[in-house]
Amino acid sequence: MIHWVLTVAAVLFALGIYGVSTRKNAVGILLSVELMANAVNLNLVGFGMRAGDSAHVFVLFAIALTVAEVVVGLALVVLLYRTRKNVLIDLASELRG
Amino acid sequence: MSPLIGFGLVAGFLLASAVMVVRSDNLVHSVLWLSVVLVLTAVVFILLGATFLGGIQIILYTGGVITLMLFGIMLTGKQDTVEIPNPSEGHLAGAGAALAFLVPTLSAIWATDFGPDKGLPPVTAKHIGTAVLGPHLVAFEALSVLLLAAMIGAIVLARRSDPGEGR
Repeated sequence: MIHWVLTVAAVLFALGIYGVSTRKNAVGILLSVELMANAVNLNLVGFGMRAGDSAHVFVLFAIALTVAEVVVGLALVVLLYRTRKNVLIDLASELRG
Repeated sequence: MSPLIGFGLVAGFLLASAVMVVRSDNLVHSVLWLSVVLVLTAVVFILLGATFLGGIQIILYTGGVITLMLFGIMLTGKQDTVEIPNPSEGHLAGAGAALAFLVPTLSAIWATDFGPDKGLPPVTAKHIGTAVLGPHLVAFEALSVLLLAAMIGAIVLARRSDPGEGR
């Protein structure tokens, strides 16, 4: 059973990697990061079948941290939109040398 | 055997929805598919005996994060339509990066012997509450400070009306 949980989590994480590397819209990238965080939580819950309470507390903290990350990420996206009038990240290349 | 069949069914829909999140051409559709992914993950949590975390997942993610994401999209796109383009490029490189992660990970997972399933009893809210306010109290308090810092940071970042003038 745990093999299948870990397999599903790994495939979810790989889909997140694919999304992060192909998306051009900053919100789309944030969605893919969410997918990866979700895969990690799934992994931890899978191991929680053996480890007990500690793994579940860890997942609880990880969920709260992800929410904080989304808040700051979306604030950055809104700031990017105010500065550039779009959120396509390949157009935001002012720091290129 | 039947829990594995139920898990397989939910996991199949979960992965199909995740593919739609990264492949959909409309950003709003991506967000809605992500909400399907998060709800199905909550179902998997409950199947694995983490009932409290399943509830938290639905309340926090599908209640909070999805709403926040839709707000973010509406604030940064054209407001007169829900057809927000979500272009992507470099499919080959992206798939290569994903496979470079997936192949070693999967082979490592299936080469490892995790031992037999112990079948621990489901972890309830009582267990988690006792653990959070007992041995993990310091981490819990640090987390509340971090959430406050994230909130203030987000307000400071988003409030600046014209960052070019350094107001």
